[in-house]
Amino acid sequence: MILGHGAAVSLYPRLAWYGFRRHATYWAAALAGAFTNTVFGVLRAYVLIALWQARPGLGGYDVAGVVTYTFLTQACIGPMQLFGGGLDLPQRIRTGDVALDLVRPASLQLWCLSEDLGRAAYLFVARGAPPTLLGALLFGIVAPHAPAAFLASVALGVVVSFGWRYIVALATCWVMDDRGLAVFSLVVTTFFSGLMLPLAIFPGWFGSLARALPWSAMAQVPADVYLGTAGPARALAFQAMWAAVLLALGALMTGAARRKVVIQGG
Amino acid sequence: MIRTYALLAWAWTRAAAQYRVSFALMTAGAFVIGGLDIAVIWIIFANTGSLAGFGLTEVMFLYGASELAFALADLLFGSVDRISQQIRAGTLDVMLIRPASPWVQMATDRFTPHRIGRAVQAGTVLGIGLARLDIPLTRAWMVPVMVVSGIVIFAALFTLGGALQFLLTDATEVASAFTYGGAMLNQYPLSVYDARIVRGLTFVLPLAFVNWQPGLYVLGRPDPLGLPSWTGLLSPAAALALAAVAALAWRAGIRRYRSTGS
Repeated sequence: MILGHGAAVSLYPRLAWYGFRRHATYWAAALAGAFTNTVFGVLRAYVLIALWQARPGLGGYDVAGVVTYTFLTQACIGPMQLFGGGLDLPQRIRTGDVALDLVRPASLQLWCLSEDLGRAAYLFVARGAPPTLLGALLFGIVAPHAPAAFLASVALGVVVSFGWRYIVALATCWVMDDRGLAVFSLVVTTFFSGLMLPLAIFPGWFGSLARALPWSAMAQVPADVYLGTAGPARALAFQAMWAAVLLALGALMTGAARRKVVIQGG
Repeated sequence: MIRTYALLAWAWTRAAAQYRVSFALMTAGAFVIGGLDIAVIWIIFANTGSLAGFGLTEVMFLYGASELAFALADLLFGSVDRISQQIRAGTLDVMLIRPASPWVQMATDRFTPHRIGRAVQAGTVLGIGLARLDIPLTRAWMVPVMVVSGIVIFAALFTLGGALQFLLTDATEVASAFTYGGAMLNQYPLSVYDARIVRGLTFVLPLAFVNWQPGLYVLGRPDPLGLPSWTGLLSPAAALALAAVAALAWRAGIRRYRSTGS
């Protein structure tokens, strides 16, 4: 679909398209990111292969499965922004520009979500495909168990990721500096998304907790849907539940932030 | 040069301390981010007793030595590989006309003292590993030598990453593959990797001299690839060679620099 300026298209799809195009401009940066994600994928794959050689079948994966898992989760880094960022909001809160965003006759949250979906769609291709293809070439990866469910799971994962990053970004209104919050978000997201290790091998109650938290929806769940180690219906329902919770929380915070910004005078 | 470095670093430290909540969160955060690596190692060894022939204590020693070197190099010189931001913004021009080395100015640019949190974490792991290994003094003297060599090797990598950005201004993350990738690589015994990769890391990009070769010497273990046990003692030489290459690359980058024109 090509969206012209004169066409009577609704606001949010157009914002998504602009988000896509804006990120497509920085193709060299995306390529460099994909290269780095691939290098780390290779390193992680060797460590996990060594572990799975010592413990075959651990966590319900075989060696080919865990290699696939590694490259899929590396491919999630870009679209899911697992290292944080992707939103202009913290910067705009710090400079006061957010006052302008809040008086627009459109929902700030949906505005940001639309742009973010466009960004994610571009990065899914630009930063998702290279690690997956190189992983397939170097180590061999297994074919998707349920391709359509996998794509749906990635899309829901992006919404959960946005829901979380939006909350972290808006929290800047209260802390007035986004870097400390960004570090906190980085820690919980990288660890509990399943990016560092499959959550299936986290021991005991700690593992159960990690699998129930929203971050698992951003890497572990899409990878499990791809591998068929999780039932698609249940997995998608889990992601949708967290997407709804985080978006609702973000909407509440938007209301609170609107009052907060007015008090400060922007 | 050292005086300039200290002055600039102190100025940025005071600036960072202004945002108190963030500063405290980030120092703690740096400690916790490092702690995540250890959590991963702990989970791996909760599932197996030995990874590629090495036990938990030995991996803690190898991890601690490399990560301490990396954390200190990152604290002191890690900003050098963010030079593309200065190139794009045109602020590198300002640095070049100041009467101080642009490398020192880059190294201290937005100097972030909270990164010390990561060094503290790595040092703790190294200390625990060493205490549990019971290494004789005849080999333990190599530990500080390998950490210092590691700092030089990682500092050289950051500089090479910076030099690369004179060519690839839009592709800064390529440098991260070598710097952060190098740190990640050395967190585990190199015996987990393919022998061809390990040879490349020994003879081409000398990352094996950060903790693998000297670590094998300290542990008194034979090299799986059959290199003699004194190979580990060559760490300082490998570090200096890489530093010389990095210095040449940095100079070439600065000479080639033609500003943004905007």
